[in-house]
Amino acid sequence: MNRSIRWLLAGLAFVLFVAPAVAQQAADPAAIVQKFGGKQSYDDTEAVISELARTGDANVARALRALRDGDLYWRESDEAVFIGKRKGDDYEIFDPMTGEAAGTVPRGEMQKVRVKNSIRNAVTTALGSLTLGADSAAQRMRAAETLFSEADPEMIEPLDAAIASEEDAGVKARMEEARASAVLVSDRPAEEKAAAAKILANRADRESLTMLTRFAGATDDPVAKQAAEAAIVAIQNNIAFWNQMQNVWYGLSLGSVLLLAAIGLAITFGVMGVINMAHGEMVMIGAYTTYVVQEFIRTNAPGLFEYSLFIALPLAFLVAGAVGLVMERGLIRFLYGRPLETLLATFGVSLILQQAVRTIFGPSNREVGNPDFMSGAFDLGLMSVNWNRLWIIVFALVVFAALLAVLNKTPLGLQMRAVTQNRKMAAAMGIRTPWVDAMTFALGSGIAGIAGVALSQIDNVSPNLGQGYIIDSFMVVVFGGVGNLWGTLVGAMTLGIVNKFLEPFAGAVLGKIVVLVLIILFIQKRPRGLFAQKGRFVEA
Amino acid sequence: MLLARFLGPRVWILVAVILAAAILVPLANLALPPDHALHVPSYLVPLWGKYVCYALLALSLDLVWGYVGILSLGHGAFFALGGYAMGMYLMRQIGSRGVYGNPVLPDFMVFLNWKELPWYWLGFDQFWFACLMVVLVPGLLAFVFGFFAFRSRVTGVYLSIITQAMTYALLLAFFRNDMGFGGNNGLTDFKDILGFPIQAASTRAGLFAASCIALAIAVLLVGWITRSKLGKLMIAVRDAESRTRFIGWRPQYVKLFAFTVSGIMAGIAGALYVPQVGIINPGEFAPVNSIEVVVWAAVGGRGTLIGPVIGALLVNYGKTVFTAAAPEFWLFMLGGLFVFVTLVLPRGIVGTIDHGWDALRSIRRAKDAEKDESGGDAQAVPGPAE
Repeated sequence: MNRSIRWLLAGLAFVLFVAPAVAQQAADPAAIVQKFGGKQSYDDTEAVISELARTGDANVARALRALRDGDLYWRESDEAVFIGKRKGDDYEIFDPMTGEAAGTVPRGEMQKVRVKNSIRNAVTTALGSLTLGADSAAQRMRAAETLFSEADPEMIEPLDAAIASEEDAGVKARMEEARASAVLVSDRPAEEKAAAAKILANRADRESLTMLTRFAGATDDPVAKQAAEAAIVAIQNNIAFWNQMQNVWYGLSLGSVLLLAAIGLAITFGVMGVINMAHGEMVMIGAYTTYVVQEFIRTNAPGLFEYSLFIALPLAFLVAGAVGLVMERGLIRFLYGRPLETLLATFGVSLILQQAVRTIFGPSNREVGNPDFMSGAFDLGLMSVNWNRLWIIVFALVVFAALLAVLNKTPLGLQMRAVTQNRKMAAAMGIRTPWVDAMTFALGSGIAGIAGVALSQIDNVSPNLGQGYIIDSFMVVVFGGVGNLWGTLVGAMTLGIVNKFLEPFAGAVLGKIVVLVLIILFIQKRPRGLFAQKGRFVEA
Repeated sequence: MLLARFLGPRVWILVAVILAAAILVPLANLALPPDHALHVPSYLVPLWGKYVCYALLALSLDLVWGYVGILSLGHGAFFALGGYAMGMYLMRQIGSRGVYGNPVLPDFMVFLNWKELPWYWLGFDQFWFACLMVVLVPGLLAFVFGFFAFRSRVTGVYLSIITQAMTYALLLAFFRNDMGFGGNNGLTDFKDILGFPIQAASTRAGLFAASCIALAIAVLLVGWITRSKLGKLMIAVRDAESRTRFIGWRPQYVKLFAFTVSGIMAGIAGALYVPQVGIINPGEFAPVNSIEVVVWAAVGGRGTLIGPVIGALLVNYGKTVFTAAAPEFWLFMLGGLFVFVTLVLPRGIVGTIDHGWDALRSIRRAKDAEKDESGGDAQAVPGPAE
């Protein structure tokens, strides 16, 4: 559902912005490709080829290559053009532009677009000029990428020509790689292939690894084989490096989630010493606030959907903060100094909150959509980076910095620290300690609510959302050191990265168990965490 | 007998009631005709047996929480481990009657395409070995965990949280199929125990009686431990750990002893529980279960010996009634119970009655003293410490 809406939005955006722009530049290439259909002379076919070449659209390359290889057909019933593959007595047909499968058709219904050598040459030239000679560097880049994957020896000469005239260094490098991939499968001399292997070693991704491995297995020439094997080792090292980077990235991503979940707890548990077992439910309330905001926007102001998260943030802070305030005033303030009782009472509250949400919203997962800027991914080197993960890392750090500023730079922060360090003295100086307690707890809860907004983007929004985070959050705070925000940051990131590095060896579940056991052992060694508070008030 | 004076009358009353139940309930179930007014229907026997196991679990928690001040949020783990040890014995007893008819391998292993029994399943076809493991596995875990935790002086909420992490880690571990404990589904489809069919009314009555006897013994044992010199030391550790250490005792060993005994008791409770409910699965490790045990003890009154037993029976009876009447309402009730007990009734039912009784007595004594000598040294005799 979520995804389909995203596609819908993407499609809408395409229709609105991209499509008209293309139409203005040139006729629709897909329509021109359809002109291959129907009976026509060789001259007609050549005219269509040159018309296609003029569009400058690299997408038509698929159809042109199919034409050259004699795989382009048209259907007798409606003269629609397809790429066809023999399959017994039928043809499997594919869309000539996208390559998507379009079903199977009996042989009798399809007609081949006829080709002869002059047509084939025309196609090769068209392909070269069309894609490699395009005006925009981005298009040439894309052409080079496509040719790289195709590894088509026929394209070596057009590539040579393009490389000679290319001015953009990045595109030129891509073209050389494309040429190298083609050389490997061509019948060119071994020295040239060895040089190609070196070029591919510089590219160093999984695709070139596959090409080189295939080549190293097939070639007989010792020089080329050696070069290929050296290249394979280099590429494998590179891939291993990027795998590690990807692990670090996943670790940071998990760490930022842990940080978000734990940072509110660092206030209530770390600073105030209140064991709030309902902390996870504050996160859940934040997530449900996001859901309600999005529902409201969907029915009342669909245009605001992109901004739903920004609207939800302050609301989630207020809602969760208000719940926290009520909890502190109505329950926790009677239990100060009795941590075990606080633990039990707040656990009771967490059960009540969960059941309340279940009664109101139902037990199943609720759907929270991703705005556009939160969806999709991009490649960095050999690793893929999700936008939502990236934004959540950024967001976690921003929340962390904001909280640090509140604690260190505002009057409330000053009073909070004063009350934590010496309650009686603070009261004697005129600080209303009960009010500070209430505000601190509300702040911690509100931040948990904000975390819920972020987590609603990557996790299932269900009444059990909070439960999954509560133990992890406590682990982070205890591991990082109670009463120290920096400890929480380091703790969250360390646990995240360690977890993700253990996963490949131990599997996700076992990795988590190992981390839990490691923390239990760590607490034995340093019962007060990584960054232990020092001073007289610690033991009190 | 010295023990009689030690424990006081109400512990003996409780023990007598439990033993009477051990005899009367099976009798009422098996001997009385179904239309008799006092006949206990067969479906109630395992249900009550379950409550008795829960009472034993609550009592084991009371030993560490009520008397040593260790709030364990992981007692469900010991309970479940004991249960798994018994479940493994019961699995082996199925023999070739399983769905796949393999004489040695339990069904889920055949399903996973395993060729032979993992080493840790060896010996579980013997009842005595399973019983040994019921005691040994939870006891060993409690000992090792406690040894490290108490040695490095992890106390208070930190201890609570790492015990919770312990049971959570075990939960995750037992969910895995390749652990060899049946994964998600756990162990079930038991056929017989010691040759008796497990579904038969007489077997269930026997199991009920066994649970009651185990509970009675446990009440006496905990009573004996807590009234002994060691028990005094436990209470000293609970009330002033640092002071106890400064006097020259080693609180960590006192705690370790209590924790290990408690873990074993919880394991036995689990072992008696499994044949009566007919299944053990990783859900028993869920942190929520362990916390629920805490509320049983809290409702009855921790550190009162009979309180947790009463609390466990009351709360679970309430759970059965309410989940049947209004399933959605039960979590509100349970949550409310947590809040209510901690805010209004921190001593629990038994503790509150005791406290009220003591207060009443000291007031009466003060009045008597006032009457006896007008003026004079009419100092109220302070009631016994809580």
